[in-house]
Amino acid sequence: MRRYLLGRLWQSAVTLLLATIVVFLGVRALPGDPALALAGEDRDPESLRAIREQYGLDDSLLVQFWQFVSHAVRGDLGTSIRTGESVTGMLRGALPVTLELSMLAIAVAGLVGVGAGVIAAVYRGRPAEWAANALALLGLSVPNFWLGLMAILYLSVAMGLFPASGFVPFFEDPIANLHHLVLPALILGTGLAAVIMRQTRSSMLDALSADYIRTAEAKGLPSSAVIGRHALRNSLIVVVTIVGLQLGALISGAVVTERIFALPGFGKLTVDAVFQRDYPVIQAVVLVTATAYIVINLLVDLLYSVIDPRIRVRGEA
Amino acid sequence: MAVPDVTAVTVTAGTPLSSRRRKVVKRILRNPLAIAGLVVLLIAVVVAVFAPWLAPHEPTDTHLNEAFGPPGTPGYLLGTDDLGRDVLARIMFGLRASLHVGLLAVATSLVVGVPLGLMAGYFRAVDALISRFTDLVLAFPFLILAVGLAAIRGASLGNAAIAIGIAQIPGVIRIVRSETLRLKSLDFVAAAIVEGAGDLWVLGRHILPNAASVVIVQATVAIPAAILGEAVLSFLGLGIQPPAPSLGTMLSDAQQFATRAPWAAVMPGLAIMLLVLAFNIVGDSLRDALDPKASRR
Repeated sequence: MRRYLLGRLWQSAVTLLLATIVVFLGVRALPGDPALALAGEDRDPESLRAIREQYGLDDSLLVQFWQFVSHAVRGDLGTSIRTGESVTGMLRGALPVTLELSMLAIAVAGLVGVGAGVIAAVYRGRPAEWAANALALLGLSVPNFWLGLMAILYLSVAMGLFPASGFVPFFEDPIANLHHLVLPALILGTGLAAVIMRQTRSSMLDALSADYIRTAEAKGLPSSAVIGRHALRNSLIVVVTIVGLQLGALISGAVVTERIFALPGFGKLTVDAVFQRDYPVIQAVVLVTATAYIVINLLVDLLYSVIDPRIRVRGEA
Repeated sequence: MAVPDVTAVTVTAGTPLSSRRRKVVKRILRNPLAIAGLVVLLIAVVVAVFAPWLAPHEPTDTHLNEAFGPPGTPGYLLGTDDLGRDVLARIMFGLRASLHVGLLAVATSLVVGVPLGLMAGYFRAVDALISRFTDLVLAFPFLILAVGLAAIRGASLGNAAIAIGIAQIPGVIRIVRSETLRLKSLDFVAAAIVEGAGDLWVLGRHILPNAASVVIVQATVAIPAAILGEAVLSFLGLGIQPPAPSLGTMLSDAQQFATRAPWAAVMPGLAIMLLVLAFNIVGDSLRDALDPKASRR
């Protein structure tokens, strides 16, 4: 276990370092003078010199990289060239929105996906399975931004069930906060629910044909108890695995969902930064996402090895 | 059971490979859902290829006095948008952009991913290096990668395709690598190596043809994913540039006036869904046909 842990940690650290180098070089690979890019519209020689000074653009690449990393580690990701705000502050405002949205989406997807998957496996070959399969296929195929648009059009505007856009912080008004986030979370969770459903179905089918289940049934345990206990145990592994595998899709989906519902989260920050060519913000956003992604993947792997001991053994072998 | 075990067939290689393919085709043609999916794909491809001749109007022509025309307006089967552009014509040309990006992205990922996957599975020495590369690409969620690329190279349809293709490389590498590892341990490959066949010969003659089926299945999953990716990027304004139509840009335009002309938002979305659904159905049935054991579960 320890060897597996250390190996996995080391691997993540290397990936993180490489990702940082890529982000760093990416901004320097921008066509033209980075000082010009960083200056935006303000292009008089005086401010260009100030920017070169501030970002150390006349130093060697190695020195610049060291500056970049040491600042980033201290939580200083530079200042936005559009708003003049500190990028860290902007992230601090945006991240909670995205985190809450993603958590809700995962919860929705887990409940719906596991539920539908269990139903499909238990009612094998009957209309219920057929319906669950069809729904999963639809869920995988529907573009979630279109689904969001339709939901706004028909559920929010026409029927007035949910607010069409906007955000209320949780601590200001928890009810209004949830009311604003229900629809976005449902939309974001759709694709995830479909993947979880398919995986749950096939692992349940495997499990239901396993010998120990037959034993449990033979000794007279009611099938609801067998399924219940088994579904609960297995579905946890499935959800954790799928969330790990689909994390990238979830982050991408969050960007789009926030855009549709006008949520002031990480996605909106990202898209706005690209359109405004706000390079310090783009650089920070990409770096933070990559870091979060690597760390969460590491956590998922570790959690996975706790839930399913077979992984640990294989890691040590 | 008349269905032969797939591994048993691959071991003998040669002619059984082609007879196995014939069986796969037969199995797919027995599945009505798969045929429906194939028909939809065929129609989509024909429409996309012949769009300039089939479309009733130019996709970028504006007819301001006929703006917001509902479906069924004479001359506009699916209605018009805020500028009076024909929704049907724009969907036809949008399909073109979707398929173009889908194929270009997947081609990019295969051209880079297949050789790297073969090398990683076959030569132990480069395995670790290539795995680090996959980890690195995987460290950037697809959209963030695309956003970064758009920031560096500018937003365009080609750049969107490249970004999507790069994001799909790790998946290809992993699948080809594990298939190569599996095939390498089989007797017929070992026999070829013992006979003194060179590495390139073994890879090209024995491993690649037998790994082809997993690559094809991967491609059928990757194409719809790339099509959805293009729609997302264009929706965000990072893909195709106006006034050229893409199903994604049509949706983001329609968002502004969706309550007034809902059809302009509904139709392109349905088109994407139908296209992706068809790919997914064909991909599913292809996977089942290649691996009957998995489908019986």
